[in-house]
Amino acid sequence: MKKNLTHLQQLEAESIHILREVVAEFANPVMLYSIGKDSAVMLHLARKAFYPAPPPFPLLHVDTTWKFKEMIAFRDKMVAECGLKLIVHVNEEGVRQKMSPFTHGGLYTDVMKTEGLKQALDLHKFDAAFGGARRDEEKSRAKERIFSFRSANHRWDPKDQRPELWSLYNTRVKPGESIRVFPISNWTELDIWQYIHLEGIPIVPLYYAAVRPVVERDGMLIMVDDDRMELLPGEVIQHKSVRFRTLGCYPLTAAVESEADTLPQIIQEMLLTRTSERQGRLIDHDQAGSMEKKKQEGYF
Amino acid sequence: MAHQSDLIENDILAYLKSQEEKSLLRFITCGSVDDGKSTLIGRLLWDSKMVFEDQLAALEADSKRVGTQGGAIDYALLLDGLQAEREQGITIDVAYRFFSTDLRKFIVADTPGHEQYTRNMVTGASTAQVAVILVDARKGLLTQTRRHSFLVSLVGIKHIVLAINKMDLVDFDADTFEAIRRDYEQFAAPLGFDSITAIPLSALNGDNMIDASPNTPWYTGPTLMHFLETFQVEGDNRDLPFRMPVQWVNRPHLDFRGFCGVIAAGTIRPGDEVRVAASGRTSKVARIVTMGGDLPEAVSGQSITLTLTDEIDVSRGDMLTAPEAPPIHARHPEAHLVWMHDEPLQPGLIYLVKTATAVTPGRVTAVQYAVDVNTLEQKQVATLGLNEIGVVRLELDRPIAFDSYEQNRTTGSFILIDRFTNATVAAGMVITPTPAELHKAPLKSVTSSDLQDGQGGHRRLVNLSEATLSGTGVCSVDLTVEWGPIELVVSDGFLDYLTKGNRILFRLRDLDQLEAVALLAYEHTLSFEFDRTAEGISILIFVRGTKPVKGPYDEDGVGI
Repeated sequence: MKKNLTHLQQLEAESIHILREVVAEFANPVMLYSIGKDSAVMLHLARKAFYPAPPPFPLLHVDTTWKFKEMIAFRDKMVAECGLKLIVHVNEEGVRQKMSPFTHGGLYTDVMKTEGLKQALDLHKFDAAFGGARRDEEKSRAKERIFSFRSANHRWDPKDQRPELWSLYNTRVKPGESIRVFPISNWTELDIWQYIHLEGIPIVPLYYAAVRPVVERDGMLIMVDDDRMELLPGEVIQHKSVRFRTLGCYPLTAAVESEADTLPQIIQEMLLTRTSERQGRLIDHDQAGSMEKKKQEGYF
Repeated sequence: MAHQSDLIENDILAYLKSQEEKSLLRFITCGSVDDGKSTLIGRLLWDSKMVFEDQLAALEADSKRVGTQGGAIDYALLLDGLQAEREQGITIDVAYRFFSTDLRKFIVADTPGHEQYTRNMVTGASTAQVAVILVDARKGLLTQTRRHSFLVSLVGIKHIVLAINKMDLVDFDADTFEAIRRDYEQFAAPLGFDSITAIPLSALNGDNMIDASPNTPWYTGPTLMHFLETFQVEGDNRDLPFRMPVQWVNRPHLDFRGFCGVIAAGTIRPGDEVRVAASGRTSKVARIVTMGGDLPEAVSGQSITLTLTDEIDVSRGDMLTAPEAPPIHARHPEAHLVWMHDEPLQPGLIYLVKTATAVTPGRVTAVQYAVDVNTLEQKQVATLGLNEIGVVRLELDRPIAFDSYEQNRTTGSFILIDRFTNATVAAGMVITPTPAELHKAPLKSVTSSDLQDGQGGHRRLVNLSEATLSGTGVCSVDLTVEWGPIELVVSDGFLDYLTKGNRILFRLRDLDQLEAVALLAYEHTLSFEFDRTAEGISILIFVRGTKPVKGPYDEDGVGI
């Protein structure tokens, strides 16, 4: 009996097409690798797209120096396994200024993440950068193109994006301009988890529940990942079974209490829970439309 | 309940297994803000439990601040993405929404009803399989309904849901629903949809959205969600002749040369013969290579890597095809063009033409006519401006493998890119290659027979009837296949077609054929326009000053 392609097969085919299109049309592409589950899926798709060759582009990790230690260990392991080139970029100016998510708030993200990313793209003259953003993540992303055009100074202009028809992507850029490409635009959080499950894709252990040292701060559970985290008066380190629905800088990423320590349990929890994954990201909480503002300034 | 909570709670592995077979449906929603379109989509997201508590909290806050429902939950606010748009209270671009049920994942192209409608709607419709067209039950069919329907038909959507919304405001009156449904079916008949499903709805109150509404006992059809979940989209193109645009040649070392691409039509297995469209060379498929092991078969829609048994020259830009049914290799395709940029089309100027296979410089050599999206009237124009649609002739730098868009949305579509600004300025859909390149079959079948005329000359009698006039675009009669003097014999149906305001293009082999066409125009009081280009001689015949017949719909008059 003939069966139509399943939703995951169709999503996979679309993503692989996008990955190949970039490699065919751009001189110097790079894949932004943030180590999270979306990056894990994107990297897996890239390996499939170019098999038996390794993906013909390097990975770029913009390291804010505040990532979870387990993320860095996982990153290095994956890169070695896949035979890929990894570029780690740190905004050294930010390090000199002793930028900290604890004390600098939004400025920290601007400097270490947005500025760091721009520096790395300029330094290596990448003309295309893959990112693992999805349209279902946040309202302002629903209108994002798969090929998102950025000016020479990395600005995103919502009014000047190219119409995207069929699977015909306009990949033309002038010197200095670049395109951010989102191969998993049409995947949802559920699709990502189902695909990880189906394909057996390795992910950072922080996604699984384990007893970890956390403090409760502003109603969020923050993991004490190293001794740079200073306790405020009244705060105590508690050991709780927690996991993370999204990964980033540890001081900005809230844990959820959970016992889900297998992939099916994680998916089960996700399906039964009633809060969206971005709630754990402190960056979005500033104000409505804050993500849109950040994007215009060059945030991924 | 959109997801089977019991199964999720009690047997997550069984649930995950059941989800592996889930299908995907892409649809587009067309309508204006006033039709309750955002409310309808918001409701689908809401009812499929894709709205989370933190989003709900934000929604409640937003509903109080900027909502249009007097502080009650305004589902439309779930959708507005960009801050500027929210402040203006309109959506100004194509947004993609996602929701899923246990049976299907859905991707919704949400397009606005404002003045950039054409560009946005064509963009959103280009990847959709079904269109949901909203109609306000109080207003019935409007000009915009006709416009939306024409645009989705142009882009090749074959299935329509006529969402007759706000039924609560007409007391769920069955006759109102029936009248609108009948009107629509009548006017949509020429657009060639395969199915039209009318559903009486109140998106705001949820009537017939998920569950059958007690307010419409007279309605026995599916609810909107039921239709979307169970509607069987005709299979992919897997039974058509094989097509694979070569996207990338994978050459990690000298012993491996893999041709990568998405299969645009057909099914392929190792051992199958394939033909390179450009060179005509053939070879056989050796392997279908994937990271998970070689495949015994791959079908339309899959991204694959093929190796061939012979070392033949294939590169990005080529197309691998079934040898017995190759695509048309054309330099002068005729196409529908949707202009998407503020700067109007400049005929003669070089643009970059991006097709499924390649980027090729090319120019528009002629705008045959433009179509008024509101009246479907054809008009002679010199160029196309933003949101205008026309039929044009292209001239490409080199021949490209095309199918007609009607046959294949992937191998029949292209975009035009401005060489200087790099903007995407137009979307194109191939109607047909030009007759000059079609040596075997004429565009429209013309039957001819020999006869001796009174002067003893040998004159060919060419019969033209309405049966020869079908298809999209300007119907044409190809006389370049005829030799020597001809005489035209036309049927009543053929003339009737002309007097309705349609244009017919005669392509001539030489000036000797002119007299016969001119005589036809003279005898039936028709106008004609003569054109001579590098491609040949043509004559366009039409009735001057014909107005289209007015349909059973009102002007909406709001310039949406």
